[in-house]
Amino acid sequence: MVESVRELIRAHANIEKEVYLDIENSSPVPEEIVNEMLPYFNKRAYGNPTLTHKLGWEAYETIILSAKKVGEHVGVESPEEINFTPGETEANNLAILGVCLSRRNDGKKIVVSEIEPLNVVNVCKMLENYGFKVEKVPVDRDGFIKIERLKEKVDKNTVFASFSLVNNEIGTVQPIKEVFKTVKDINTNTIFHVDLSDAYGRIPFDVKKVPVELATISSYKILGPRGIGALYVKEGLKIERILEGQIGTQKLWPGVENTPAIVGFAKASELAFKNFENNINHMKKLRDRLIDGIINNIDETLLNGPAGDKRSPDNINISFLKCEGESLTIELSLKGVYVSSGSACTRRVLQPSHVLTAIGRRFEEAHGSILMKVTRYHSMDDIEYVLKVLPEAVNRLRKIYGSMGE
Amino acid sequence: MSRSPLPYNPKILELFRNPKNLGRMDDATVSAVAGNPSCGDMITFYLKIDDEKEVIEKASFESYGCAANIATSSILTEMVKGKRLEEAWQTSWKTVANEVGGLPTVKFHCGILAVGALRRAIRQYYRIKEKKPEWLPEEQTFEEKQALEEEKLAEMLSKRLGIFESEE
Repeated sequence: MVESVRELIRAHANIEKEVYLDIENSSPVPEEIVNEMLPYFNKRAYGNPTLTHKLGWEAYETIILSAKKVGEHVGVESPEEINFTPGETEANNLAILGVCLSRRNDGKKIVVSEIEPLNVVNVCKMLENYGFKVEKVPVDRDGFIKIERLKEKVDKNTVFASFSLVNNEIGTVQPIKEVFKTVKDINTNTIFHVDLSDAYGRIPFDVKKVPVELATISSYKILGPRGIGALYVKEGLKIERILEGQIGTQKLWPGVENTPAIVGFAKASELAFKNFENNINHMKKLRDRLIDGIINNIDETLLNGPAGDKRSPDNINISFLKCEGESLTIELSLKGVYVSSGSACTRRVLQPSHVLTAIGRRFEEAHGSILMKVTRYHSMDDIEYVLKVLPEAVNRLRKIYGSMGE
Repeated sequence: MSRSPLPYNPKILELFRNPKNLGRMDDATVSAVAGNPSCGDMITFYLKIDDEKEVIEKASFESYGCAANIATSSILTEMVKGKRLEEAWQTSWKTVANEVGGLPTVKFHCGILAVGALRRAIRQYYRIKEKKPEWLPEEQTFEEKQALEEEKLAEMLSKRLGIFESEE
């Protein structure tokens, strides 16, 4: 098996240029962030932050200052309210399970949208096995939550609500203030969680303006290291731990704190918000050039999600009809362009993305979908290269599709 | 949705990049389709058959699917070329999988679908000729049944998942 993979990698030997756009699934960590992290592995602050010696106190100071740096961009003043977890998957799990466990006697209803990420959807599915009822609010063709339908789904038994500010697949920016107000107007006791994984560093959010109880923040999606994320938990909120062990500075997550990753996360936050306007405008320019270049030059393509300002500045999601997604990712990889597809052929029937079917895409439209995300480090040259190789790739696969018996 | 790593072997990659016997055959004696677009897995098989000898003179394919789908379809056209229909019928999905150097478990169904398409084409041929050779089983074989099941499953799922609330 490993030998096969080596061959696959060798097949890429002669590519002229590489453009990595699969930020959704993992990201490269910029040199300046890595350099910031390095001393924390073995030069300083490598102690356990709960222990009474210099290296422990250095770690404690580092973690608190980092929590401040991560929280300040979403209006969180107290570092005590930022809980580091091993990633946004764990943060979302902690938010949902932690609150639903602690409030299991107050009501059994959870409300989410139909297009939440799997680390919300699958956790909700799990809670259904324990007597909870999950209400899913439908979205329109661009992925916006239907507020009228939301009103029907919330009642006095709704203990928990979870919505993403930005959808991870199609980039829809939800009117989160309106969603929050709608839920709270009906039931002020419903705990509101916002997943900021795809918004932080791109779409502004402030817990003072939209006073949610919980918010998830991702590190790797702003080019910080993997293995770290954070959950904002409003002071005083009742929430249970979902893992037990030695509890340290992170009251909701046991185990020894990952100080180098926390430092990298804080540095990534600092960089994401430095020259914020410029960075966002740059990403929007790249995004729109890529979307227009594809839609205008390749037939039978569909943009998934909204266009313009209600779309996240980094997100490009396009369906190529008569072109299967996995094949297209391989074909593009052989040309040095790294992307991912919304469907995964891992069963007898290809499973289309639940987000794409929720916005009304037919199966064959969902199967040919490609997700790409741009960062401030990408250049217009990168985008022009993608636009150069993409039509060749799509055309070759469409040639294999041919007339399909007709 | 689970995603497994797919360490495709070099032969699959080679057939994906340079498929053999690709494309519609205008002078085909018979053709058959297995799978459908909503499966994300669909193959059309074309056969040119020498009526007298009942030998496959040439075979070609068109494919909508992953690299394993393209590779297994392509190799199957090679495997059956020059064979008598009875021999070609005997080709199982496991021989196809071996011939491409092995398939990842989650891709077995691609090999199954390719054989399913071939057998449908052979059945179709005898239906047109109104003949019934002794070796041709009355009952659907494993690969044919699986192809049918895959089509039905996709249809069912797409009905269940495809319900979209239209904006009134």
